[in-house]
Amino acid sequence: MTAFVIRRLIGMVAVLIAVSFLVFIVFILIPVGDPAQRMAGKNPSQQNIVNIRKKWGFDKPFYVQYVRMLQKAGTGLLPGPHGEYDVLSSFQNRQNVAHQIERGIPVTFSLCIGAALIWVLLGTLVGIFSAVTAGRWSDRLVTTLALIGISMPVFFLGIVLRYFLAEKPAHPLFPDGEYVPLTKDPVQWAYHLILPWFALSVLFIGFYGRVLRSNMLDTMNEDFVRTAKAKGLDPRSVLVKHVLRTSLIPLVSLFALDFAAVLGGGAILTETVFELHGVGWYAAQSVGDLDLPPIMGVTLYGAFFIVLFSAIADVVYALLDPRIRPT
Amino acid sequence: MSEPLLEVKGLKVRFTTEDGVVRAVDGVDFELERGKVLGIVGESGSGKSVTAMTMIGLTRAPNTAFEGEVAYKGQDLLAMSERRLRDVRGNEIAMIFQDPMTSLNPVYRVGDQIVEAILTHDSVGKRVARQRAVELLREVGIPNPNNRANDYPHQFSGGMRQRAMIAMAIACNPDVLIADEPTTALDVTIQAQIIELIDKLKDDFNSSVILITHDLGVVADVADEILVMYAGRVVERGSKRSLFYDPQHPYTWGLLGSIPRLDRPKGSRLASIKGAPPSLINLPQGCKFRPRCPHAFDRCVGEPELANRVEERRHLDRCWLGVDEKRSVRSATIKGEVATA
Repeated sequence: MTAFVIRRLIGMVAVLIAVSFLVFIVFILIPVGDPAQRMAGKNPSQQNIVNIRKKWGFDKPFYVQYVRMLQKAGTGLLPGPHGEYDVLSSFQNRQNVAHQIERGIPVTFSLCIGAALIWVLLGTLVGIFSAVTAGRWSDRLVTTLALIGISMPVFFLGIVLRYFLAEKPAHPLFPDGEYVPLTKDPVQWAYHLILPWFALSVLFIGFYGRVLRSNMLDTMNEDFVRTAKAKGLDPRSVLVKHVLRTSLIPLVSLFALDFAAVLGGGAILTETVFELHGVGWYAAQSVGDLDLPPIMGVTLYGAFFIVLFSAIADVVYALLDPRIRPT
Repeated sequence: MSEPLLEVKGLKVRFTTEDGVVRAVDGVDFELERGKVLGIVGESGSGKSVTAMTMIGLTRAPNTAFEGEVAYKGQDLLAMSERRLRDVRGNEIAMIFQDPMTSLNPVYRVGDQIVEAILTHDSVGKRVARQRAVELLREVGIPNPNNRANDYPHQFSGGMRQRAMIAMAIACNPDVLIADEPTTALDVTIQAQIIELIDKLKDDFNSSVILITHDLGVVADVADEILVMYAGRVVERGSKRSLFYDPQHPYTWGLLGSIPRLDRPKGSRLASIKGAPPSLINLPQGCKFRPRCPHAFDRCVGEPELANRVEERRHLDRCWLGVDEKRSVRSATIKGEVATA
């Protein structure tokens, strides 16, 4: 177990370094021009540009800049006040990236944890229902709905939901946008998040439902399910104890990665459509401004969750499936 | 003759598929007496497993049609409701399957899977059930059963898994034990042990056994009566002795000829039955073995009844050849010296 944790931690650091390097390289390669020029504003003096370049270190070779950026990212995580040039700070508005991400985390976590609960619960129900009634019209209806859900882009579904349920009606069913902190008013918090939760989870409900359905149908043909039936077990026990239990295992890794991705800022579209100022929204803003430090920060933050949750998934997997437990 | 424990009469099973109607079982009759072992032998697709699974209702599906009767203790299992059949299944008629590697659920402990079988039919406490599971594992020859009950199936070898399957099957002391190719997936050295175990447990528990196999060698030791199936039908049926020493159907000869033997003369080739079993959707007219039979003649375009053609004793077969004629061509056919017509 200790070896596993150490191996995972080393892997995690390696992945983060690789990701940061890729982001940095891509940023250097795309033809957006000189950040110093953009930071200097309209009609800058040549001297001004040179000064900015010097101050921010744009005149250094790229590998020096890269290492410096990593240092800044590390310093930003330490507590206490830091100078503008000691931490990752936005080219655009000089704000500390770490603080900006920190500010977005409650919103993003509220959105993602709520949506994840919904999509796991409903996805499982959809999967079980369509597997049990496989081939009948009810299964066809549900699987078709699931496919529609998968194909529905969040930017479309979200806007439609928002427009018809929150914006247009004279007496809207739901509040429009705005995040109310959980600590301030839990009821309003949930009320404000219902539409975003739904918009974010629809795709996953459809996807998980279909994956679970096909897993269950495969498992139903397994020999051990026949054994369970031959024991004289009632159909419900066969379904829950033998079919469902085994069919849910592959969903664990799927869920870990999906959940990590949305937590790590992957809910860009939902956050943008509903104007929730979470990490994804921050990422979208920064990409729009071609602002490297925030992009770097959010990417590392997202990669951190992916690596963390894939390690967690491995542990949970071993708990659920004795065959892959280390002996 | 005492009242049989289980009696199958005119059993037919058809599956409707997109390619057509599959006549998986097309007229099977047999009786099973208490304490006896019935061997059912045939190639893959001859309907052996479907017959067995149909008896305990495991082939029930919307696309399946049944005919005939499976009489067990005065009740027809085919007509029985699913709910009532569940009380019979695993409790009075238990089944052991072919592949012990996949027939146990990989995510539950072996002991728990046996406990599950006990708790399904007996209202005993968990602790009692657990003790019985350990006892059963000891009975089937698992060493150190108290600890091994906590193992998962993947920690068992193939032979041990099949022993665990057997322990699970006898957990509720069934009257009939159906073993569907119990040794096919196992090493040859383990095969004999498993068959011996089944035979011993049959005596200990006073059960009857239906032993399904494609290997006549497997039933040679333990079966009292043998049924040979081909294309969903019984083509020959007789006592073990009669079937091995005076086989009547050319298909049985083929099966006998394909058993490797050490006392075979050096350099002689192992005989095989030419061709493949017919499609169960599109069966040949007349005798179903006709296309592969080296002795087929004009009469074979009509299908022979399963009838007692041997005078000396009860021995049924489905072949038009005269008894004396059969006895004269038989040994050459078994040795593979007669080419298919």
